[in-house]
Amino acid sequence: MFWTFLTSTIKFSTLFLYGSVGETITEKSGHLNLGIPGIMCMGAIGGCYGVRSYIDSLGSLSQMSGFAVVLVGMICAFLFAALGGLIFSFFTVTLRCNQNITGLTITTFGVALNSLMLSKLDTRGFYEAGTLFAKGIVDANTTDGLVKVLFSHSALVYIAIAIAIITAIVIKRTRVGLNLRAVGENPATADAAGISVGRYRYFATLIGSGIAGLGGLFFIMDYLTGSVEYGIDTYGWLAVALVIFTVWKPNWAILGSILFAALYNASIYLNLSFTEREIIKMLPYIVTVLVLIITSIFGRKSVQPPAALGTSYFREER
Amino acid sequence: METTVAITTSDAQRDVAIQLKGITKVFGDVVANSNVDLEVYKGEILSILGENGSGKTTLMNMIAGIYFPDEGHIYIDGEEVVIRSPKDAFAHKIGMIHQHFKLVDTFSAADNIILGEKCPKFDLAAEREKLAEAHRAENEAYENYDEAEHPGPLAYMTKPKFHPEKETKRKLALMPFVGIGRRIKFNWLAKKRADEVQRIANRFGFKIDLKKKIYDMSVSEKQTVEIIKVLYRGADILILDEPTAVLTPQEIEKLFDVIRNMKAAGKSIIIITHKLNEVMEISDRVAVLRKGEHIATVETAFTDEQQLTEMMVGKKVSLNIDRTEPHDVKNRLVVSGLSAVNSDGIKVLDDVSFEAKSGEILGIAGIAGSGQRELLEAIAGLYKIKDGAITYYDPAKDDAPVDLRSKTPVQIRDLGVRLSFVPEDRLGMGLVGNMDLVDNMMLRSYRKGFMFLDRKSPKKLAETIVNELEVVTPSTHTAVRKLSGGNVQKVLVGREIAASPSVLMAAYPVRGLDINSSYTIYNLLNEQKEKGVAVIFVGEDLDVLIELCDRILVICAGRVTGVVDGRRAIKEQIGLLMTKTTRDVDENQVSLDDLEVHQENDVKGGDAQ
Repeated sequence: MFWTFLTSTIKFSTLFLYGSVGETITEKSGHLNLGIPGIMCMGAIGGCYGVRSYIDSLGSLSQMSGFAVVLVGMICAFLFAALGGLIFSFFTVTLRCNQNITGLTITTFGVALNSLMLSKLDTRGFYEAGTLFAKGIVDANTTDGLVKVLFSHSALVYIAIAIAIITAIVIKRTRVGLNLRAVGENPATADAAGISVGRYRYFATLIGSGIAGLGGLFFIMDYLTGSVEYGIDTYGWLAVALVIFTVWKPNWAILGSILFAALYNASIYLNLSFTEREIIKMLPYIVTVLVLIITSIFGRKSVQPPAALGTSYFREER
Repeated sequence: METTVAITTSDAQRDVAIQLKGITKVFGDVVANSNVDLEVYKGEILSILGENGSGKTTLMNMIAGIYFPDEGHIYIDGEEVVIRSPKDAFAHKIGMIHQHFKLVDTFSAADNIILGEKCPKFDLAAEREKLAEAHRAENEAYENYDEAEHPGPLAYMTKPKFHPEKETKRKLALMPFVGIGRRIKFNWLAKKRADEVQRIANRFGFKIDLKKKIYDMSVSEKQTVEIIKVLYRGADILILDEPTAVLTPQEIEKLFDVIRNMKAAGKSIIIITHKLNEVMEISDRVAVLRKGEHIATVETAFTDEQQLTEMMVGKKVSLNIDRTEPHDVKNRLVVSGLSAVNSDGIKVLDDVSFEAKSGEILGIAGIAGSGQRELLEAIAGLYKIKDGAITYYDPAKDDAPVDLRSKTPVQIRDLGVRLSFVPEDRLGMGLVGNMDLVDNMMLRSYRKGFMFLDRKSPKKLAETIVNELEVVTPSTHTAVRKLSGGNVQKVLVGREIAASPSVLMAAYPVRGLDINSSYTIYNLLNEQKEKGVAVIFVGEDLDVLIELCDRILVICAGRVTGVVDGRRAIKEQIGLLMTKTTRDVDENQVSLDDLEVHQENDVKGGDAQ
């Protein structure tokens, strides 16, 4: 029972991990992209359509290759979600619109697009594709203990963890990361140092959105094994909260997302009444608020949000 | 308006590092620089001197790539260049140290210094050539090697290596990967990255720990980091924007030593400043700007502070502002020993004492940022004071004293003190840009009325102001931000006057206004004076201050350096007082023979004669 709980928690956490790592990359550039729920939806749309056309290109379902279907799904989800990031960047960098408004618009847009485009989608073969997505290294049903917890997961779970670790290293230990942080902390300084603020913000937002979009793909194809009936948007907000909870550190997001997922999951595994269950579901948000309060009071400079988060940059402004 | 100044050394012998020709920059309606010509030689220190708003910083920002000139040409080492961005400026070895440091707070000093550094270009063909050449040379040495010449058991160590053709070919084929490898290595932030930068800093003689985070550093340390940053990038032309403004005298001495070292290393240094004593101390030549125009460039050795002040403030211009004799003069507001520190812990007001009297206009002169804003805000209850007293004598209560120290604006109003404040930031502190005239009037009366706001009287007031002050606006329901600068100011001053104040404080009320609007404002201030109001006028144009004010209080770096009678004041004298620092006073450099100066603050070293 405990191992099953832990296994499903890790699986569920992947959803938040994609979203929060993507949003962290975006926020490190100074872009507060509140469109993450919408962008995760767009990732789901892109992934589903990619899988659809892959299935259509095959003669029969038995020909479906696990590697190909996951790859096609990932590429399409990444690209379509990145398109959402492109829209965001175009509005905030090129047109210098307010980031909050742009982000919320994209959320509304993405969520609506999700129900519009997926409700009419032909989902024949999605279950078969979903089982391929969800295939673990070892079979979750026949193993138990630590082996099950560590090795029964699908490719997308391990990819999420790998992305989080790589992102953390790139941000902390490379010049690209250093420049990115400078853009988010103090764009005028970065500009004076010869770093193109606009280009960094565009690319960070595109890549961050693409990664968040993979979360959408994971939710539909892997977590729900090909069912398109549920929207991802509520979990998208949790991913945004997770960014604050992990104080903008992608490596901490791995543990943070597991904690969030555990709190969310506990409501299902513990035998609770409706009220108790809903209260437990609130916990991730409450913890986030507490983290905000604590980091603000004991404000160590190293755990603060990027200083220029949410502001547009224009060189000749006086 | 070229002033003829003898320049004795011949310019032709020296190498010009950078030359500006006909540089013009316009922001909206404001001409920041007009047709400026300037030359900087190699290995010299050039001061750019000018009052606030004379376009010094804008001019330098155009060299540093922050702004792009509307007209004119820039030549570096005789060749015309186009500087579109700070990146271009680096490419031409120009580095600027801004007044507001461009540092990322959460980074270490070393990371700030290496920020934005570009990977050295990897030239594949040249690298291949180099490798092939090296192998060829070693093979040749191998063939010519004579074992007899190198006896002993360790001889094999000196023996050259032979590179077979296969090896050479393989290495040449793998060369692109060497390039990629170098890129990756460059991109990786090694733990010891700070050591490299530290070595360079030590070589230039800086004593600073570059692993420290910027937010743990003092202002002087931050400035040092900025200078190291520019040197690390290999700049040959260094621009320092008011570098001494934030430093203590000891730190200034240290900075000047650094600057002299850089000069000795053949670099060109441009210092923007308005402190005359520093100009005399450090620079080889001085370029004077006034109202965006280049007045002259002179050799420091052949000029003196008097001449520079004259060039800086210009000839006296007669403005014909009416000035009546003050009558019924009584102390209305007395400030004594006022001190305040800003959020960085730096003293912005230092023992300021003066009195504003009813029925007269007290002018406040000083370089921008000398504490004028903090002074007015402290009186209005908007700035926290550390020390001192502010006393108001209430005319309604037989001049009974009221203590205004550390009161909020609402408390001040509730005490019955009729204080009006026209702040310099009109659409920030004074008015709300997105609200219409009526709503802006209401900002002063929103507490009146029961349950619902009283909108009638503000509407009436707005109409009165529009009619009497000839505000050009489509209606009283137009958003204030849509009005022109002059009309915005009329609305603000009109509202403040309508409150029938007994003290009226106005900070730069004519900034950005055309002549006619300016005169409207002067007349309004004079009317208030006639009514017995104590008017405090912070201005930047010395001609206006001299013609409008009854007394002029001069402040410099948060200290009162003198109080001058407006009717007898001379521009140069105020100019000197404005740029006078503590060190001047100590050395008794300023001679003010023909003028009556009331030294109100207790400066050590005795009064100027």
